[in-house]
Amino acid sequence: MIRIPPAALFGLFFTGLYFLMAIFAPWIAPYSMTEVVGGVWEPWSSKHWIGTDNIGRDLLSRMIYGGRTTIFIATMATIISFTTGSILGFTAAVIGGWIDQLLSRFVDLIMSIPTLIFALVVLSVMPVTLPILILVMGLLDSTRVYRLARAVAVDINVMDFVEAAKLRGEGRIWVIFREILPNALSPLVAEMGLRFIFAVLFVSTLSFLGLGVQPPNADWGGIVKENKDGIVYGIPAALVPAVAIATLAISVNLVADWVLNRTTSLKGGRG
Amino acid sequence: MSDKLLTVRDLKIGARVYPPGEKPHDIEIVHGVSFELEKGKVLGLIGESGAGKSTIGLATMAYGRGGVEITGGEVWVNGREILGTRLRDLRKLRGTEVTYVSQSAAASFNPAKKIMEQVIEASVHAGKFSKKVAEARAVELFAKLGLPDPETIGNRYPHQVSGGQLQRCMTALALCPEPDLVVFDEPTTALDVTTQIDVLMAIKDAIRDTGVAALYITHDLAVVAQVSDEIMVLRMGDMIEHGTTDQIINAPVEEYTRDLVSVRSRVHDGKPPTENPVMTIEHITARYKGTNFDVLHDVSMELHAGQTLAVVGESGSGKSTTARVMTGLLPARDGQICFDGRTLSPDLAGRARDDLREIQMIYQMADVAMNPRQTVGTIIGRPLEFYFGMRGAEKRKRIEELLNDIELGPEFKDRYPAELSGGQKQRVCIARALAANPKIIICDEVTSALDPLVAEDILKLLHELQERENVAYLFITHDIATVRAIADTIAVMYQGRVVRYGTKAEVLSPPFDDYTDLLLASVPEMRLGWLEEVVEHRSMESAGN
Repeated sequence: MIRIPPAALFGLFFTGLYFLMAIFAPWIAPYSMTEVVGGVWEPWSSKHWIGTDNIGRDLLSRMIYGGRTTIFIATMATIISFTTGSILGFTAAVIGGWIDQLLSRFVDLIMSIPTLIFALVVLSVMPVTLPILILVMGLLDSTRVYRLARAVAVDINVMDFVEAAKLRGEGRIWVIFREILPNALSPLVAEMGLRFIFAVLFVSTLSFLGLGVQPPNADWGGIVKENKDGIVYGIPAALVPAVAIATLAISVNLVADWVLNRTTSLKGGRG
Repeated sequence: MSDKLLTVRDLKIGARVYPPGEKPHDIEIVHGVSFELEKGKVLGLIGESGAGKSTIGLATMAYGRGGVEITGGEVWVNGREILGTRLRDLRKLRGTEVTYVSQSAAASFNPAKKIMEQVIEASVHAGKFSKKVAEARAVELFAKLGLPDPETIGNRYPHQVSGGQLQRCMTALALCPEPDLVVFDEPTTALDVTTQIDVLMAIKDAIRDTGVAALYITHDLAVVAQVSDEIMVLRMGDMIEHGTTDQIINAPVEEYTRDLVSVRSRVHDGKPPTENPVMTIEHITARYKGTNFDVLHDVSMELHAGQTLAVVGESGSGKSTTARVMTGLLPARDGQICFDGRTLSPDLAGRARDDLREIQMIYQMADVAMNPRQTVGTIIGRPLEFYFGMRGAEKRKRIEELLNDIELGPEFKDRYPAELSGGQKQRVCIARALAANPKIIICDEVTSALDPLVAEDILKLLHELQERENVAYLFITHDIATVRAIADTIAVMYQGRVVRYGTKAEVLSPPFDDYTDLLLASVPEMRLGWLEEVVEHRSMESAGN
């Protein structure tokens, strides 16, 4: 029986809760996402658990659907950034030479431009659809993953067991996926938790600035934007998505920390 | 106990261990060890790794490294019990009354500070000497330890002196505050044999001249026999035997001590070379990428089936580089490699899979030579799968055969490298090499990271496998005793050149060239007075020149 520390348990509970809500949104949400069901900014009641939004839609339903969008985009973007970033990073480390130089300098170039500005420029030129949004976010983030993956793989690549594999005549695919990847997994998993959170914050930022998810759909950043004026009148509707983003961020990180602790032992144990 | 400088009584030391997949728990690593030490005497602590030597050494400063904790017993220094004292008082003791010389001087010096600053730090900090007096004393010690330019060497940074010199600087550091007791923790283990002599002699003279008492910790009985008055043999936290150096070396009582004394006395009768060498390398010249000097000059060697070619030399002499050229990891600039009558491509990428199979390698550090995330079964099974296309039951059967060959049971198949001991890891690496059915196995210092008794078992295993499989070994080592135990042919390397080459009988009998003479004379012998003889021999030679 594995003993889960309380912090990780807390993280697992909330992460699980958010993901379940995202997956089963249509069955859980009491109202439709776009339907106007009450007055503007109604207070919390038994009919509308956390009130209504700036045009009288049920806030809980919007939060549930919005969470679905946010988590979906962030997950997809993280998957894209990790697959491209780590595969390119490992390849650069294993092959070395001019391929490594070319990839690394290109990544340096991309990273020298602030991510948000780069994304804003690209998204203002391209039509803002979900696939494009995910792709832009994933590829921009993959530069960070590339740097980490390359740094980790360079260290592993000089170990004797990798040399032994090369002496055996193993191809690059084996070296990357069987020798390096299992040993690089721990730092990558920890980074993945962090990157997922950055993706959530990034998509929320984009939506807040109006270049992310487009109305009438909404994500948590968009809900903050719609309800931000309420704060002036003491209406907490904008704070609800903010709290959701914060708790998701913290709980995913707690889980990532726990996974990292379990997979790295002092003696290089097994994961 | 007034005249006793150090009294250790029933010392018990515990540690918390974190075995993979289990709950952390406390174990005892030293079980009630007692000894006494008088002023001006040297006690040698000897044992294999895990015997508790260093732990006991550090306990005389009331210190436990890592998760180690002193759980019982008494340690008296200069008539005071130090285990119960407060940290503030301990600080006065450490670095002034009791000092410590560690195994790796390179890792212990702060690379960003000058040597002098670090040598006098403890004395000045404790207020024992003023900066000026301490510096004068340090210069005196540098001279006594035979360091070049004692007046100015303190102004250098640690990376600007050699390893042997730095180890002597560390000895100066330990002696500077006029301590009563110095703990030497394997001070020469990381050094070449030729350098080891200088450091040993310097330490021995310094101990004699300053009248300091010392604990000398090492795993090499031959070394400790040269410097200590008494020897204590430890094994797994227990004292096995304690006596005068003379008694331990010449009349050991316990069986374990007898094993330690007789270790490395294995001799192997060299075979004459066969008609057709399985591999020859001719006139190899090589340099590393991005450098502009050759590390190998005109190196030629021959490997014969069922025989061992030992390549000896100190670090940096080009031994491992020769192996890298043979395997194709470092393409030679000039010269050629012939295998089984045909010329091999100098580059790894240009060799056929079957050529790669024929040359296998075993590394010094078995720890990093195996992927920590693969089981023993995967590690040994991959060459079978890769070279012979074995799968399923056939592969499993062969893995079990190989495990049997290396004297491990089939249950080891599912273990991870972290769950094996040092000797077992090296055995698995041997099995991985054997799995490819090679004609040549390159052994790069395969026994130097192991304890002497374990190393001897590995040598025996390698020898048996050679008899059976008729495989040729290229055996890289800096240890002459290992060479005697396994070699048929010997190549002595120095600064990238082969300075002496021939059958074992030829190479190891006079007349010697200068370097081989120095190398052979530097190997510690297990008898008293050996060190003095060597030093005398050397000074006579230099006087004659």
